[in-house]
Amino acid sequence: MAEKSQPSANYSTWPVILALSIVSAPLVLMYAYLFLDTITDTAVGSLIPDSFTLRHWRFLWETLPGKPNIWLVTLNTLIFTTSVTAVIVLVSSMAGYVLSRLNVPARGFFLAGVMVLHAFPSVTLIIAIFIVLQMIGLYNSLIGVILVKAAIDLPLGIWLMKGFYDTVPWEIEMAGVVDGASRFRVWRSLVLPQVRPGIMALGLFSFLSGWSEFILPQVLAPGGKVQVLSVYLSALIADDNNFDFGTFKAVGVFYIIPVLIVYALFHKYLMNIYGGGSKG
Amino acid sequence: MRVLLDNFSKSFGTIKVIENMTLEVGDGEMLALLGPSGCGKSTTLFAICGIHRPTGGRILFGDRDVTDLPSQARNIGVVFQSYALYPHMTVAENIGFPLKVKGMPGEDIRKEVDRISGLVHIGNLLGRRPAELSGGQQQRVALARALVRKPDVLLLDEPLANLDAKLRLEMRSEIRRIQRETGITAILVTHDQVEAMSMCDRIAIMKEGEIVQIATPAEMYNDPRTAFVAGFLGNPPITFLKGVMANGAFAIPDSEIRVPLPASIAASEGAKLMLGVRPEHFTPAGDIAVSGKVTFAETQGRENLYDVSLDGGPLLRSIQPVRHDINIGDAVTWAIDSKGVLVFADDGRRL
Repeated sequence: MAEKSQPSANYSTWPVILALSIVSAPLVLMYAYLFLDTITDTAVGSLIPDSFTLRHWRFLWETLPGKPNIWLVTLNTLIFTTSVTAVIVLVSSMAGYVLSRLNVPARGFFLAGVMVLHAFPSVTLIIAIFIVLQMIGLYNSLIGVILVKAAIDLPLGIWLMKGFYDTVPWEIEMAGVVDGASRFRVWRSLVLPQVRPGIMALGLFSFLSGWSEFILPQVLAPGGKVQVLSVYLSALIADDNNFDFGTFKAVGVFYIIPVLIVYALFHKYLMNIYGGGSKG
Repeated sequence: MRVLLDNFSKSFGTIKVIENMTLEVGDGEMLALLGPSGCGKSTTLFAICGIHRPTGGRILFGDRDVTDLPSQARNIGVVFQSYALYPHMTVAENIGFPLKVKGMPGEDIRKEVDRISGLVHIGNLLGRRPAELSGGQQQRVALARALVRKPDVLLLDEPLANLDAKLRLEMRSEIRRIQRETGITAILVTHDQVEAMSMCDRIAIMKEGEIVQIATPAEMYNDPRTAFVAGFLGNPPITFLKGVMANGAFAIPDSEIRVPLPASIAASEGAKLMLGVRPEHFTPAGDIAVSGKVTFAETQGRENLYDVSLDGGPLLRSIQPVRHDINIGDAVTWAIDSKGVLVFADDGRRL
């Protein structure tokens, strides 16, 4: 965390703080009520909570009727997210290097292709992907949806990593080669450490994107055994027979806690996305 | 180890940078590749270290043909202009990296790193990272890393270009001392003639992909083969007068100036000539008096430098011990030392 900066002397800060507080008050209120509603009951039409209850959180220790177990769903989400992140980081860090440095055939074509794929609205592919997964037997499996999600996010990752690699001076690689290291070793122990901020940022970005992914798992892996939290959440609100707004909010809070933790720990790496390169 | 470039050629696509160049560097010698930007000196260096593949000819280290060997197998040390230190490693790790790649045990690496860092005087910096070093210290680390695995050849690519003037002077003699102490064969690429003259045993001066002349610094200064070489070496630079051959003397048309030339100079009557006069050969002490007007004066502390515009336009430069009696605009009559002049044909060939 950065040190607290001294307030500047040439203007007073309280009007700024006041204005910002007024503007952000609705947001703060909404989050406050989101949390408050999960542990209280409120009479219809009232804003004041009247009694404390843990009833809305009971999904944590008992399986709701017609729903999969929450811990299984959480585990699925974790597997889905970390796998997607791992695939994206691994492939992007290698593909970015190749596109940035090596003289591969059709390099320009690949670069243009990656750019086009990045701009392409992937949702339009979803029916085709559904059919493909169905045919190769990966429909309703975590592996299938992991591969699809990773593939759709890869163009951004590759492009980002290529940008980071472009800032690493050529001389470092030349020096490594002259020092006797193989090209792979040069990449692994000399170049990769220079793009570490990029890898951290991309990993974090992929993790958050995977954690909040909804449409792909919903369409490609809706089954109870492979459900992820976003699909579980949407099933709650879609279920007209057991409508329970308190539980829906509780699951929502449960769903965002990991994101908040990850963000609190690693947010400075996200800011790094435009940094990188090396001094020296 | 002797290095031999035999009929070496290099082109990038259709652009021929170097054609059929032959260059031999003796064992333990330090040779400078000197030339203006774009003359192919760095290309030659990168071909020797294996980063560029030659398009023709051979490269030999000793009797070993390394033309088709990758950089990793050539056993060379390179100091890059930007030093190219690995920013995420400490100084000790930087220097030890070539040995680590070789698979040397950690204990031996430490010993070697200690030995070489003592040689280049950075023993107290081993725990630091490159970003925490000054330019001169980074330069020493780069030198240590290049030398640590006892390379056959040391290649220096404009190693002093990024240093400030005082450090450049210091590192110039440091690099030469280390090269002498290790007895390593070294090739220095530079565009700075002072560097080349002060650091190297021999200079190969290059122009447009060709070596114009190879000689020791003194030979090259006193006996340049072309006007280009004469113009490149020497600071302040030589000045050229344009004229013709007339009755065994150099004459500037529409002017009184005549410089008798030795009979050995073979030029027909009326042939166009260039007369190169170095600043130290145009002083009050010469034998051929020339009048002109001082158009520029610069003091360099121990010496003064004057630009003198002769009657009719041509310019001569003069360097003399400091004196205070000459100001810009003064008319002077100084003299050219006829034994010091260099005569060139119109196309730049030395006569």
